[in-house]
Formats: sequence, C-alpha cells, structure tokens
Amino acid sequence: MTSDLFGDYIAVLIAAILGFVLVGGALIANLILSPRQPTRTKGVTYECGMLTIGRTRTQLHFRYYLFAILFLIFDIEAVFLFPWAVTFLEIGKQAFWEMIAFIAILGFGLAYAWKKGVLRWR
Amino acid sequence: MTLKSEPFVVNLGPQHPSTHGVFRLRLTLDGERIIDADMVMGYLHRSMEKLAEERTYTQNIPFTDRTDYLAAMTGNLAYVMAVEKLMGIEPPERALWLRTIMSELQRFASHCMAIGIFANDCGAWQTPVMHMFRDREKILDLFEMACGARLTLNYMRIGGVSRDIPPEFIPAARKLMQDLPRRLAEYESLLLDNEIIVARSRGIGVLTPEEAMAYSVSGPLLRASGVAWDIRTADPYAAYDKVDFDIAVGTSGDVYDRFVVRLAEMRQSLRILEQALDMMPSGPIHARLPTATAQPGDAPVAPLALRPPVGEAYARIESPRGELGFYLVSDGGPAPFRFHIRSPSFINLSALKKMTVGVTVADAIVILGSVDIVVGEVDR
Amino acid sequence: MTFLAPWYDLRDLGNAVQALLDRIRDWGAPDWVPYAVSSLIGAVGILLWVVLSVLAFIWIERRVVALMQNRIGPNRVGPAGLLQPVADALKLLLKEPITPRDADRILFWMAPIVIFIPTLVIFAVIPFGGRMVLADLNVGVLFLIAIATINTPAVFLAGWSSNNKYALLGAMRTIAMLISYEVVQVLALLAVVLFAGSMRLGDIVAWQQHYNVWIVFLQPLGILAYIISGAVEINRSPTDISEAESEIVAGYHTEYGGIKFGFFYQAEYMAGFAIAAIITTLYLGGYTAWGLEKWVPGWALFLGKLYAVFFIYIWSRGTLPRLRIDQLMSFAWKFLLPLSLVNVALVGAEVLVWDETGVSANVALPIIGAVNLVFCLVAVVAWARLLGHGAGRQRGRRALLTKEVGVIHFEPAEGASPGPAGIPAAQALRRRSGQA
Repeated sequence: MTSDLFGDYIAVLIAAILGFVLVGGALIANLILSPRQPTRTKGVTYECGMLTIGRTRTQLHFRYYLFAILFLIFDIEAVFLFPWAVTFLEIGKQAFWEMIAFIAILGFGLAYAWKKGVLRWR
Repeated sequence: MTLKSEPFVVNLGPQHPSTHGVFRLRLTLDGERIIDADMVMGYLHRSMEKLAEERTYTQNIPFTDRTDYLAAMTGNLAYVMAVEKLMGIEPPERALWLRTIMSELQRFASHCMAIGIFANDCGAWQTPVMHMFRDREKILDLFEMACGARLTLNYMRIGGVSRDIPPEFIPAARKLMQDLPRRLAEYESLLLDNEIIVARSRGIGVLTPEEAMAYSVSGPLLRASGVAWDIRTADPYAAYDKVDFDIAVGTSGDVYDRFVVRLAEMRQSLRILEQALDMMPSGPIHARLPTATAQPGDAPVAPLALRPPVGEAYARIESPRGELGFYLVSDGGPAPFRFHIRSPSFINLSALKKMTVGVTVADAIVILGSVDIVVGEVDR
Repeated sequence: MTFLAPWYDLRDLGNAVQALLDRIRDWGAPDWVPYAVSSLIGAVGILLWVVLSVLAFIWIERRVVALMQNRIGPNRVGPAGLLQPVADALKLLLKEPITPRDADRILFWMAPIVIFIPTLVIFAVIPFGGRMVLADLNVGVLFLIAIATINTPAVFLAGWSSNNKYALLGAMRTIAMLISYEVVQVLALLAVVLFAGSMRLGDIVAWQQHYNVWIVFLQPLGILAYIISGAVEINRSPTDISEAESEIVAGYHTEYGGIKFGFFYQAEYMAGFAIAAIITTLYLGGYTAWGLEKWVPGWALFLGKLYAVFFIYIWSRGTLPRLRIDQLMSFAWKFLLPLSLVNVALVGAEVLVWDETGVSANVALPIIGAVNLVFCLVAVVAWARLLGHGAGRQRGRRALLTKEVGVIHFEPAEGASPGPAGIPAAQALRRRSGQA
C-alpha cells in the first residue's frame, strides 16, 4: 500500500516535471528564436504612456486585512472538517453534534465580524 | 482599524483602453479608493480654433466634423447656424427638415456608441458595443447615401445642405424606422434591468441639479439630474418647433439615469424622425447667399465670396453630448476673426472630479463612460 | 493487476496502457519501470490533451463569442480560421522577451512557471475514465484545493515583480477575491465528500455510479457556489476584476509579453478546464452517465461534460458585465459563505439520518435531493430578500418624459454614494501624505 501511495505521488511529480520541462523549453526556445534589441524605452514601466509617478512598491492599503484573518480561520476549519466528513459515520452521532457545534461557533464568529463591520469594504 | 498606507498616483491614460481616446486621468489612490483626481487634457489638441481664423467660413466646415467625430452632423449644423446668424441668412424649409433628420439620425448613432461603450466600461466584454454598432452602421449607410461619407460628413452648408437626398433615401430610412424600435426594445430589455449594470451604476457619480447647473453641464448629464433642459425645446432651431417630442429626464442624477436618459432619447429621436420623414416638404435645399451673383438654379456660391458683416454671433444646438455652441466674431473679412467652440464634452468633463473623488477606480471608469466624452471635442 | 478488457477496448484507454505495462513486465524489466512508464504515458497524454484542447478552445471561444456579437471571428488562418491559435502561439514564441527595467527579474521570470505547473498537476488526480487516472490519491479533494491555491502566490509574484501599478492593483484584487471564494469552494466540496464518504476522486465517481445519481441533483446549491467561485478563480466575467481591461488594463500580467504572457493565457484556460473537470467529476458523475458508459467511451462522456461546463464560462464572458470588487467580496462573505455553512450542516444531518434509519437509497436519495433543492431555492431567495436584494428591488427605472423646460424632479437613489462630500479631497490627501 505504501508503495502505491508513493507511486501516486511519483506520478504527480512526473507531471510537474513535465510541465516544468514544457515551460522551460518554451522559454529557452523563446530566448533562442526571438530577436533581441533591447532599448531604453522598451524597458520602461507601462503606465498608459506616461512615466510612473512616485514609487511603485508603495504600502498599498489593502482593505481586506481582516478578511484575510477570517479566511485563515475558515480554511483551518476546512482542514478539520474534511477528515471528519470522511469518518463521522463510523464515529457516530456524537461526532456529528460536535462538528455542528464547531460550525455554529464559526458561524457566530462570522455573524459577529459582520456586525462589527469587518465585512464592509471601506 | 487603520493600517499605514501611502497614497499613490496612477495615470489612467492617455493610452488606456477606456479613456475614450487620449485623455489622461491622474488619480491619487488610497488602495482602490480615489482621494484625488486630476484631469489632464490636450493630447489631441489640434489648434482648431486658431487654424479656423486663417480659413474662409466655408473652409471651416470640415473642422467641425473633426471636433466631435462621433456626431459630425451636429457639429456641422451648429457652425453653419452661427454663420447664418452672422449673415442673416434664412435657409429654405426643406433644408431645415433635412437638418433635423440628419441631426436625429446622428443623435441615435452617437447614443448607440455612448451606451455600448458605457456597457463596455462596466465590463461587458464588447458584446453591447458590437450590437450597437450594427444599428449605427445602418445609420452611417444612410449618411453615405446622402453625402458620400460615413464619419466626417461635411454635409451642412451655409444657407442649407450640400446636396439633396437621393430618391432611395426615404424608403431606406422608413425601413430603418421599422427596425430600430424593435432593436431598441431588445437593448432596453437586455440592459435596463440587467442586475449587474444596475448594481454597478446606481447611486454612483451623483450630480444634484444644483451641482449640475453650477458646473454648467448639459445634455443627458444635466437631464439625468432632473433638469428638463433641451435646446431643441428651449431655443428651437431647424424644424424642431414643428415636431412633437418629449424631453427625457432622469430623477436621481446617477450614472444609471444618464444611461436611461440616453435610451429614452433614442426613442424620442425615432419619434422625431418618423414625423420629419412625413412632413418634409419639397423645394430648394439652399438659400441664395447675399454676396452671390446671380447663378443658374440654386447652385452653391463660390466659397471665397462670403464676407459676413462686422459683428458677432453665437448659435447653439443640442448635440448628442449637450449644448454645442459656436461663437463667431467677424471683422468683415473672408475668415472669422474669432472662432470659439463651446464643446459640451469639455464642460461636462469639468464635473468629473466632483463625481469621482471618493469612489473606487472601477466606479471612476463607469462614471467617465457615462459622461460620454469625445476627446476630439474636448481638446479641439 | 489483471486484464479486464482487451487492449483495443477504446472505452477505457487504460486498457491499452495496462497491456503495454504487462508486456514490459513480461520482458523482465525491474518493478519501477512499469511505474515510470505508466506515469510518463499518463503525464504526456494529459499534457497533449490539455494543449490541444486549449488551442481548440481558443478558436471555439473566439468564434462563439463572435457569433454572440454579430461578428465573424477569426477566419483567415487555415480552414475557417482553425490555425489561428497555432499562429498566435508561434507569434508569442517568436516575440522578443522584454523585462521591465525596474522589475524583480527572477520573480518576474518565475511567475509564469509557477502559475503553469499547478494547473497541469491538477489533472493528474482527475479520473478521465475508469482506469484513466494518473494518480488516484486518497486525499484527492484536498489535493485539488491545495494545488489550485498555488496560483494565488503566482499571481502575486507576477503583479508585485513587474513593478507596475496596474499589476499591483490587479494582484491585490486577485488575492482579495481568491481568499474569499476559496472558503466557499472548500465548503462546497466538503458537502460532496460528506455524501461520498471519501476524498478519493475515483471513489466519488464510483459512488455516483453505484447510486445512479449525479451529486448535482443532491447539491444544487453546491454546484452553484462552485461554478461561481470557479469563475472567480479563472478570472472570467462577471468576476474578471483582477484583469479588468477597462479598469486596470490587464491586471497582474500587464507587463508580460511574448511567451511569458502566453503561459499566463494558457494557464488561465487550463485552470478553466480544471474547474470544469472538477465539476464534472464531483457533481456530474465523471465518466459515467447512467449506464451509457457501457457503449460510449467513458473518457468521451467525461470530455463532453467537461466542455459543456466550460462553455458556461465562455457564455458568461460574452454576456455579463463585471461586478465591482466590494460587491464580489460581500457576495462571497455575506451570501455564499453563510449558506454554504448551513448547507454543510444540512448534508451532514441528512447523511447521518440516512445512515441511522437505514432506508434504501431509492427512497433516501430522492428525498434528500428534493429537500436540498427546496433548501437551495428557499435559502437563496430568502437570504437575498433579507440582505435587501429581493426581486423588484433592483429593477431599473425609466426616464420621465416632459415637454416643459426647467422642471426639476430630484430624488437620489437609495444608498447613493455621498460623493466628494464624504472625503474632502485635498484634506484627505494632505492628511494621508502627512501620515506617510
């Protein structure tokens, strides 16, 4: 069984390597085949034909900082839920109710976040 | 909760897919939110007003095609009306009706573009534009029939129009009049109640009537704010006082209302066109110009002969984009002493900053689309 | 492993591969050789299929959207323009690779590679036919979620490294969207796993085959949520805000040209196929179709369903305008997420009750399907009403018609933005720059 599991991931790895070979091959072919005449203006950042004003890598205010925290919570929830989903029939009723409680707590958390205005894009 | 962030400046344009030409919007952003907007224009400046001072009155007509290139007929019309006012020429009846028909066809064609591009700015990937193009093409076919050109028409003349419509024009126009209401109903059903368009445009870029008047915006922009102001009714020209039509007015002054007003105006254009096609009299299409020596028939006079008396004149019409006015000063010579265009795009654009500060980038694009500028007219 | 069918049985291409492997084994090759050969055959097959499908669908999409738009579409290169995608690919390959001057060169070149490989690897776990799966992992569903997430950092790499403001905005938008819809996607898949009781994709298909029911009938809300979050993941309209061409030019790949752009483009298509493949496998019965698979090759059924699902995305692209980012975010968090949570609890309860009472599947499944359909309809409508999006509320207005000049009638729409009054522009700017 372990060898089977191992074999499966080997297959995935082979697919990934193949993909890498394809992309790498195309990029190298591109380097070989394409003309190269770099000029100064070609390397200028595109900003609708104007020169960029100010720094580009600014501290951009991304408005979803709190969304990201919520996302972490719910994604970790998912990690817990998947094994439960596969096995809860064997464990029985009590596992089901425990998970319902878990989902409910998260649901309340979401409702609280909503109430506090976290889910509003400002 | 506040996080440290810097405002950063983004150029939207001049080479941008949705600034409708080479118009530049310099936005100061805080994340996605716009905290300041500067409009930079002049990338399409061709110095028309100055050039016009070196050309005769007739030679200036093609310039007016190239200001608002999506509505060349109305540009022509406003200019020739100004010259006629300056010289005191009364065009014959048939010419007035022809001008009305052409203006309304042009309004329909121009609103087709405006609505299609607006939907494109909302993110509908080309489909509404292409559908609108289909109808615009039909109208351009009519223009081609009448004057041989499709975009830069150069059809109006001082004292009339350049030539009479061919006999096949009226049947073709009537056939189009039968098709267009159905098409329009299709667009209304597809776009007016489209949830996404409503969600994107409702309550965005609101101009109150007071603000709209203070910025002296005109056209659909003004009417969407609830002000019923249409030069066709307020100061009738051509044959508009003889036809029956309504002014379409919005109620809340947002982007959605501008779009609704344009669609309603297209319906009114069709109403005017149907009446005009029925009521058009026969007769001459060109007035005799004062300086004309006696010529056989009604042939147009030689262009250089026009020397309006010393004076000034301002003529205005309702172009698809708003009040288009031409202000001419004559010193008695063959060329205007001063040639000024009151272009609706330019003046409507001045309200853009008012509308965009405080909204997101995506909204700003939609608002810009709703203003419906033509950069050729903004920069002249 | 035994022969189930002769090698020329085209209903399952796995037979031919199996025959080949047995032949290799007969030659006395060491154990790892058949493994490697089968993996290689599978990977090359998937790669070939994907590339050909992408090329074909670029043409199909352009022609179909052209039809929707009263155009003809590409019709010059080759018969009916069929070679247009090939010509485009060659053109991209021969273009000069330009790296912006201030770009982070390594990350800039890495991004197309990072985005391409995961989308290819997703297909490794998809069962194309009964025995046509490269690696039927026992944690298949988790694997799908994990791999599909990799394109988030790839997009951010592209956006950040190209030193372009549009790209940065696009990357930021992408991440905001993906973290929102990821949760919805996971919960939708969870409900499927609850039914099938396994995370192995082959088992899920087998479950659907065994009970003769596609999970779409048991999970209408799930497939709805999954199709929408899939559209977000592959940047299709109405959710294509991360590369909204009318707003931020091309989003995260603004600075990319030539073959690097080609890989973004292809990866996007492949991700589209991957989403369609996942929907087909998990919701539409994979390679089975109520016994039809006995006569029609399973892989043909699978591909047919896959292409049909992908067509939905083409269709929406030709039809729908784009939503704004805050609207999409609140749709995910306020609408889809609560409903998905309730949905998971509901499915859990149904499965538990079914297990406890032990009624036969013929009775239980129709009941479950009906309950979930009713739940889907009621919940969607009721929740939308509750949030103020009920039918009729969003209906468009019509213009007033008047003959008088100067009539003023003004009432701002509800929820109208305060406009500049909300933020005095210069003041806000001064405050911000003082802070920075």
